[in-house]
Amino acid sequence: MHYLASRLVTTVLIVLGAMLLLFTLSAVVPGDPATTLLGPQATPELSRRFIAEMGLDQPLYIRLWRFFANVMTGNLGVDVISGRPVGSLIGEVLPYTLILTFSAIGLAVAIGVPLGVFAATHRGSVVDNILAFVSVAFIAVPSFVIAIFLLLIFAIWLDWLPVLGASRTGAFWDEARRMILPTLALALGWIGFIARLIRTSMLEVMAEPYIRTSRAFGLSRRLVTYKYALKNACIPTITILGMGVGRLLGGAVLVEIVFARPGLGRLIYQAISERNYPVVQGAVLVVVVLFVLVNLIVDLSYSAIDPRIRHDASRRRATG
Amino acid sequence: MTALAGAYRILRRVCSTLTGATGFGIVTLVLVAALLAPWVATTDPDRLDVMNRFAAPSFAHWLGTDHLGRDLYSRLVHGATVAMSVALTSIAMALGLGTLLGIIAAYLPARLERLVLIVFDVISSFPSMVLALAIVAVFGPSTLIVVAIVALTLTPHFGRVARAQVLALKSAPFLEAERILGASFARIVAHHILPNILGPLVILASMDIPVVITIEAGLSFLGLGVRPPLASWGTLIQDGYQYLSDSWVPVVVSSLALAVATLGFTLFGEALRDAVDPRIRQEF
Repeated sequence: MHYLASRLVTTVLIVLGAMLLLFTLSAVVPGDPATTLLGPQATPELSRRFIAEMGLDQPLYIRLWRFFANVMTGNLGVDVISGRPVGSLIGEVLPYTLILTFSAIGLAVAIGVPLGVFAATHRGSVVDNILAFVSVAFIAVPSFVIAIFLLLIFAIWLDWLPVLGASRTGAFWDEARRMILPTLALALGWIGFIARLIRTSMLEVMAEPYIRTSRAFGLSRRLVTYKYALKNACIPTITILGMGVGRLLGGAVLVEIVFARPGLGRLIYQAISERNYPVVQGAVLVVVVLFVLVNLIVDLSYSAIDPRIRHDASRRRATG
Repeated sequence: MTALAGAYRILRRVCSTLTGATGFGIVTLVLVAALLAPWVATTDPDRLDVMNRFAAPSFAHWLGTDHLGRDLYSRLVHGATVAMSVALTSIAMALGLGTLLGIIAAYLPARLERLVLIVFDVISSFPSMVLALAIVAVFGPSTLIVVAIVALTLTPHFGRVARAQVLALKSAPFLEAERILGASFARIVAHHILPNILGPLVILASMDIPVVITIEAGLSFLGLGVRPPLASWGTLIQDGYQYLSDSWVPVVVSSLALAVATLGFTLFGEALRDAVDPRIRQEF
């Protein structure tokens, strides 16, 4: 219980820290924000009204307080160009990014785990060696480069799959077909990564006495590998996956732009080119909160997966 | 002399595997291109030749030309200079700052130490690409901003490892002895702690190079990093991508260069880690 409490406090502190950072950034925007946003032709009357509306004439601490109070009540500010609430803009595109990210993770796990188990049980085989090299290659190459190559090969040269965008009609199959390449672009690196992690931890677990004992008791190799060994080998992989969600979201930004798909990435990118800071601020905050929540869930799920891990503070301190 | 011999021994171990040797070869190639760009390139990377747009690879233009008739090979070579200077400067900054903060954190009272760790957590809780976008949104794109962002996001990384190393070392008998003999804190840090914790940190730094190259290229690809006409691998890919319907050569050639470079540095970093100490594998 003590662990849970301290973990929750840290999470809240991280989110508050992120908000403070975003607010500080908005406060140090070089130049007069009204002129930047409205353009040099804006009348003094217009820019005065804009400044009053945005609360830019208030002292800094009041603006900070307002920003925190607004975010707490779910108000992420107003898009300075369309005048719509930032929250609803984000709400519209968030599902696209979430579906893309989670289908990439799903695909990576579905392919990476069996590959890793195979490599570990056939250690030193040709397949193991090829897999070792291919997985490093996929991990090392940036996902937007993979995205460009997939686009060239499958959409332009072979013309098998639609090139750009999300489905306009919203028909399921059309959208699913358009998801294939972006998902693959994001997932390839993770397939290699997961395969390698699973291979390493499987090799470690397979050397444990309890695995030998189970085999000695006559349990089948398949049962021991998949039921007893894999379960324990998954734990480090889950940690890394949790931490990786952040990188995955960052990769999704670029992949969304390569494939011209709607999503948080494109929203932030467009907002930057329009210098629409409230939208950038809101969207970045949502990404950070998502990332922190995923990490929290991962952390707390350990004890559910592995009863050996007891979250007492002394042990965590010792291991640093 | 012994340091040189040690480095040579480690390098031989790195090159003893096929992947390590491949990585070392690519790293050497990129470094040579980066350092000697004006001599390695065949022509001025910015020279326009509009009559020769999208020229196919030939003797005059080894990898062909881009949408303004600029020589792609020369631009890629100069892109290596940009990539390496961004990567090495930002990693050096993060390594220095992170190590310093990590050592300080290890010696701070528990409460302050927690505070430093929370600051590290806050910074790492921003996916670096997203943090970069938030900062570029405010200050506008520039190479300097890219360096600063990358240095900022990597600092906690080094800080945590440095702190963990110092904690493990802090109560070692030889440090106690040194203190009893009257050595100052600065002397203990400079003569005993730094040399003992630097190894893992340098390996970490070498493994971060491909990550930094990727971030720089990604930001430049979005037009939010290195500004044209400066040739960065990211801007080259962006240029090629925009003119994809005219020719696929520029985008393929520049993406391949980026892919090979990141792969080479990854292979080299991993081989270096294994060569120095197989035990620290688990830490990363």
